[in-house]
Amino acid sequence: MSPDGHATAVHGGGAHAAAAHAGHFDSAEQQRESASLGMWVFLVTELMFFGGLFLAYIVYRSAWPEAFGAASHHLDVRLGTFNTIVLIGSSLTMALAVRSAQLGRRQAVVIFLVLTMILGATFLGVKAYEYHHKAVEHLLPGHGFQFEGADPRHASMFFCLYFAMTGLHALHMIVGLGILTVMLIMGARGRFSAAYYNPIECSGLYWHFVDIIWIFLFPLLYLLERHG
Amino acid sequence: MSAAPTETGSEPRTHYLNDGYGIKSWLLTTDHKRIAILYLISITVFFALGGLMAVLIRLELATPEGDLFQPDMYNRLFTMHGIFMIFFFLIPGVPAVLGNFFIPIMVGARDLAFPRLNLLSWYIFNIGGIFAFWAMMHGGIDTGWTFYTPYSTTYASTHVLPTALGIFIAGFSSILTGLNFVVTVHRMRAPGLTWFRLPLFVWAMYATSLIIILGTPVVAVTILLVGAERLFGVGIFDPALGGDPLLFQHLFWFYSHPAVYIMVLPSMGVVSEIVPAFARRKIFGYRFIAYSSIALAVLGFLVWGHHMFVAGMSIYAATIFSILSMLVAVPSAIKVFNWTATLYKGAVSWETPMLYALGFIGLFTIGGLTGVMLATLGIDLHVHDTYFIVAHFHYIMVGGAIMGYLGGLHYWWPKITGKLYSRFWSRISAGVIFIGFNVTFLPQFILGYLGMPRRYHSYPPEFQVLNVMSSAGATILGVGYVIPLVYFIWSMRYGKQASSNPWGAVGLEWETTSPPPTHNFETQPVVSRGPYEYPPPKEAPVVA
Repeated sequence: MSPDGHATAVHGGGAHAAAAHAGHFDSAEQQRESASLGMWVFLVTELMFFGGLFLAYIVYRSAWPEAFGAASHHLDVRLGTFNTIVLIGSSLTMALAVRSAQLGRRQAVVIFLVLTMILGATFLGVKAYEYHHKAVEHLLPGHGFQFEGADPRHASMFFCLYFAMTGLHALHMIVGLGILTVMLIMGARGRFSAAYYNPIECSGLYWHFVDIIWIFLFPLLYLLERHG
Repeated sequence: MSAAPTETGSEPRTHYLNDGYGIKSWLLTTDHKRIAILYLISITVFFALGGLMAVLIRLELATPEGDLFQPDMYNRLFTMHGIFMIFFFLIPGVPAVLGNFFIPIMVGARDLAFPRLNLLSWYIFNIGGIFAFWAMMHGGIDTGWTFYTPYSTTYASTHVLPTALGIFIAGFSSILTGLNFVVTVHRMRAPGLTWFRLPLFVWAMYATSLIIILGTPVVAVTILLVGAERLFGVGIFDPALGGDPLLFQHLFWFYSHPAVYIMVLPSMGVVSEIVPAFARRKIFGYRFIAYSSIALAVLGFLVWGHHMFVAGMSIYAATIFSILSMLVAVPSAIKVFNWTATLYKGAVSWETPMLYALGFIGLFTIGGLTGVMLATLGIDLHVHDTYFIVAHFHYIMVGGAIMGYLGGLHYWWPKITGKLYSRFWSRISAGVIFIGFNVTFLPQFILGYLGMPRRYHSYPPEFQVLNVMSSAGATILGVGYVIPLVYFIWSMRYGKQASSNPWGAVGLEWETTSPPPTHNFETQPVVSRGPYEYPPPKEAPVVA
């Protein structure tokens, strides 16, 4: 039970299949529950992190509904919808990857993780295209901002928040892709089994969380003005 | 765990302090006890920095004229005093040092749930501190610790971004610590250790962790937005660009008011440990104290508006915030009354930790009651931004949080180091700190009530007597803080060996050796009773 016992907790744990767990835990079950609870708590902090931005958006949106509505017409709903579908699809493949890990199906883990990453990369690609488009249309907030409408100041505010929110979300996607790369390597090496799947399960929670953020971003940014 | 007695008789027992030597065994440790020591060193450095600023502030204020510093230098001094003391000393203070050390032991675990995350949080904390320190060395920051826009955006001429980045980074370290505590308390408790057998210190730390988890991310994103405003010239908080500076204040106080409870709740937990130990009585109203910690965590999130009564707020919102703020007095009073009831008919002994705990109760009560005054709209409008406010929150943060921190440090020092400190000097210093504190801050209540505004480097001559008193008190207080530093360090080398339970207290931490072995207990403890069963039975049956 050396201090290094902890060091084997996350990375090496699965190699010794059955009841492998870090030295300060009593059982693999306790370790799994701790990891899972820790991840949930972390996601709560993430939720509060995005919460500040959601609050800012809602406050300003209700203060200047016309300007925000006019500005939101410059977003491409078709691309947004496409991205939403892509991301929901990636949540499905992620869930299947976790399930495959729990069942010890090494090949399926790899396939589903690769699919998830392709979908995630697709999302980011589309997002990058949208950003580029905004830059071309001079809709980047700051000195070069140009907007033909009644209230360019608050339209600029809309794009400010649009970039802050989707940018932070995209950053989380990029981090997620990094995490999935690690999971892919671990999965390909057969680290996961019915007895040990904490890392991929926690990565899955993270991925779903990032998806859910988008599920709220999409209607708030793209759709609010489209009714009727 | 290979603590097989190598030599019978003499003392070469393996414990966490002699289990590996050298700088690497400390900097790469995952032992929560060693990480607590690392934190202790870090926050002591930041406390000294913040203290130095306080010395300079009080020096300037000894005379009515602004003769020592230019106004903008003075602005930097009080800003950096606040930033170092709040973000780099008080917020990590009790949790990262005493909580880190004792939560795993109090729940009968071998370590926190995520030991490497714990070490990471210490590194993150120091990186944040280095950014703030760098900013200080390159001219500092003058916005006030609150970073109000537009001081921190449009009109910023100092190192706002590096400092804000430092606080942003340090915030993640407290998030990781809070996360670690929550998971540890949920998942790592020893067999038989039910929620209502947990020591109240653990309850308080749990409530604190909830605040950290829910609040810190909000200030983090606020800092990000300020950074975006500075870097990209966008105007989220800038009225000229369509933004609203009030939004910043709302977001900031949504974290920074609960942060007051991050600072004081852990110290309340410490007091809940010390009072029964030195009154030799089971704590009165255990469940009430436990629930009141949670109540403070919840209510703490509903009262941020009372910082903004004069900032532009509808009378209805202000009234609601006023009433909610007064409600905070209820759980606070529950604690104070229960501690007092524990003392009643107790066999009180005046050991150093108890002096600090009693000091806490008295000073916190003053701080709390003036808080109720300030929650009253009329009074708040009158004394807003005066020294009355300064005195009020120093009674909570210094008289409350630091007294609790020092009390806890004195209570558990024999357990942490295995050494006893000087009983005489420690009691002297507790007295000096108490007197110095009151001489410093009591005059400030009067100054504020008479109308002396805060954050000015000069003042009308009629305020000089009280200001000189305050500066004199600060000198006494400073001496009081230096004395423990001396005898604590002295005790590590020359102090007498502490027994495993020098106070005759109950609690899992007193049932392991001093200092504890690397894995805290030689055998897994099994808990069969509540945490404050005083007087302690002759043989403690807790360790199976």
